[in-house]
Amino acid sequence: MQKPILEVSGLKKYFEIKGGVFGKKVGEVKAVDGISFSVMEGEILGIVGESGCGKSTAGKSILRLIEPSAGEVKFENKDITNLSAEEMRKLRRNMQIIFQDPYASLNPRHTVEKIIGEPLQIHGMSSAKERKERVKELLEVVGLSAYHASRYPHQFSGGQRQRIGIARALANNPKLIICDEPVSALDVSVQSQILNLMEELRDEFNLTYVFIAHDLSVVKHISDRVGVMYLGRMVELTDKDKLYDDPKHPYTQALLSAVPLPDPDIAKDRIILKGDVPSPSNPPAGCAFHTRCPHAMDICSKVRPEFEEIEDNHFVACHLYGEVQ
Amino acid sequence: MSDLVLELNNLQTHFFTDSGEVPAVDGVSIKVHKGEVVGIVGESGCGKSVTSLSVMQLVPTPPGKIVGGEINFKGENLVNTSEKRMKKIRGNEISMIFQEPMTSLNPLFTIGNQLREAIRIHQKINKREARSKAIDMLRIVGIPRADAVIDEYPHQLSGGMRQRVMIAMAMSCNPELLIADEPTTALDVTIQAQILDLMRNLNDEKDTAILLITHDLGVVAEICDRVVVMYSGQVVEEGTTREILKDPKHPYSKGLIKSLPKIHEREQKLYSIPGTVPKPKMGRVGCRFAPRCEFAFDRCFQEDPELYSIENDRLSRCFLYDQKEGDRTENAEANIGS
Ligand SMILES: Nc1ncnc2c1ncn2[C@@H]1O[C@H](COP(=O)(O)OP(=O)(O)OP(=O)(O)O)[C@@H](O)[C@H]1O
Ligand SMILES: Nc1ncnc2c1ncn2[C@@H]1O[C@H](COP(=O)(O)OP(=O)(O)O)[C@@H](O)[C@H]1O
Ligand code: SF4
Ligand code: SF4
Ligand SMILES: [Mg+2]
Ligand SMILES: [Mg+2]
Repeated sequence: MQKPILEVSGLKKYFEIKGGVFGKKVGEVKAVDGISFSVMEGEILGIVGESGCGKSTAGKSILRLIEPSAGEVKFENKDITNLSAEEMRKLRRNMQIIFQDPYASLNPRHTVEKIIGEPLQIHGMSSAKERKERVKELLEVVGLSAYHASRYPHQFSGGQRQRIGIARALANNPKLIICDEPVSALDVSVQSQILNLMEELRDEFNLTYVFIAHDLSVVKHISDRVGVMYLGRMVELTDKDKLYDDPKHPYTQALLSAVPLPDPDIAKDRIILKGDVPSPSNPPAGCAFHTRCPHAMDICSKVRPEFEEIEDNHFVACHLYGEVQ
Repeated sequence: MSDLVLELNNLQTHFFTDSGEVPAVDGVSIKVHKGEVVGIVGESGCGKSVTSLSVMQLVPTPPGKIVGGEINFKGENLVNTSEKRMKKIRGNEISMIFQEPMTSLNPLFTIGNQLREAIRIHQKINKREARSKAIDMLRIVGIPRADAVIDEYPHQLSGGMRQRVMIAMAMSCNPELLIADEPTTALDVTIQAQILDLMRNLNDEKDTAILLITHDLGVVAEICDRVVVMYSGQVVEEGTTREILKDPKHPYSKGLIKSLPKIHEREQKLYSIPGTVPKPKMGRVGCRFAPRCEFAFDRCFQEDPELYSIENDRLSRCFLYDQKEGDRTENAEANIGS
């Protein structure tokens, strides 16, 4: 399973901020500011980070649902950053996305049959009868029933709607699915149903997931490796056990220590960070975390630390571990 | 007991909608003592927010109405109290923090304006003194640039900063009870840790009783002394935080806790409760959880279980804890959790 299916290098997405009467560019939001990582075939790579750190933007830029500002994305060894719209459209049957909000991501005026059948039609299944069969099959795969096909999204609960979103993503047997907070809007008892379903589907169809979330327990549960983002940058990436047992980056350490655990017996030394996350339109110079970092040194406000492999398969962007200390 | 701050007694709050009557809060009893932090947990729609709005007499009417029960606050029943009296109580004797702090801060006034007013109601000091006191309060709750923020408007602050302002307000009012409805749900974990820390200080230093509403059992473990679990408009279990998290009794609480992915454990597969949370409706017979309960037996579909007392203050709304069911209880105890 050590073959990379997705390779992202130096990916950036800057959004322009326009202002004034003429709508001139007055600044930019550095939503994703140079991230690099690979995803192996069959693996689940978790991406965590706080609100606004660029997780969704990264996910959408990888699929080119929004155009990246810089960087390269390779899918199965092929650079996809310069593919034409038509070529990209064809490729998307292999690369799908599931969104956080099961309410907003389904067209309320379409039946479930139409919602799930649409990607089938786009990718060439022209026979209505064949599509009907496939929709029925997909509904059963995600734990719904064939009779649900004629219903509308509002007739389903949040968890059921997420199942519909998953069925749609699975329609064309994709290889990679980017899951953007697929369980964040769900109640605990429904969340575990969907997480189990996603794991079963991964095994059954040999899928690869990039699993974006802000809940660190959920990401730990489902992922093989986990990457941590802060202000548009990847600050740490390694196997999930290494990351949770021995976090290296000061931000990862603080983030993990802040998670409240539902167990009164686990005593915790909490690192309480001061202040708020700075704005990505004006990120601090050097290490973006230096304004809140308990270990910040002189160099941290001047030089941006490289994202480097400091131990086997353990990437960290922090001067504490770099050569230039 | 004299140190009882709040006592909900069989509270019933219903909504009268086009599609019928909804018993959102269906006979809820909860006690909160001085200095105590009580958590209400449950999944969305189980009636947590309507319970807290009822205490503040802020249920939107119509369609909502308190149709039965009592809300005793320091011995005074708040149900049907005059709006004039409630205005005095709100913000002074009972403070409230909502999930979205924008709803409780007035968008038209500066932070300083609102904070100063709150301070001046309680202390006879002039405007200038109140201003410098307000800046101090903002610093205490960890707001950077407090002397500038005081002249800013709520929309200029981040969610975490607004929540801290709400806590600063609550602290300056020195209320007897703080009701916090999902105060950290919209916030990131590092900011959540700051806010929970502040709430804990408020409780420690001023002995303020706190009624904390949340769906996050981690937050409960952090800060609550006692926990009430709600399901579909009813209280289904009550106990100390340790009892509920380590040794839940009601099949629903057991399932809920087992469904959580644990950061320190490695599970192959998560436990999951089949089905979904039902919407409260009128005329239901039997245990609300029966359709999803792996221990349900005939009686569960025919009668409503009461809150059976297990030991001391431990309560469980489940027939398995009815003495009459003897053997069945033991069998279930042995099977649950396996
Ligand atoms: N279309 C856009 N125009 C301008 N700025 C944007 C746009 N989309 C996102 N941003 C900004 O980019 C940054 C990253 O946003 P993104 O949605 O990727 O964050 P996220 O990590 O997914 O956050 P969340 O956890 O809240 O979903 C934010 O500051 C956001 O405000
Ligand atoms: N304004 C309203 N009109 C009608 N029904 C309502 C209203 N507010 C709440 N409800 C219903 O009351 C029940 C409990 O809601 P709520 O207390 O908000 O749940 P939660 O536990 O998520 O806070 C739900 O079934 C909800 O749909
Ligand atoms: S580079 Fe410096 S500021 Fe950044 S995380 Fe490391 S020690 Fe902290
Ligand atoms: S009363 Fe019956 S259905 Fe309800 S929780 Fe107990 S065993 Fe389950
Ligand atoms: Mg997002
Ligand atoms: Mg609520």
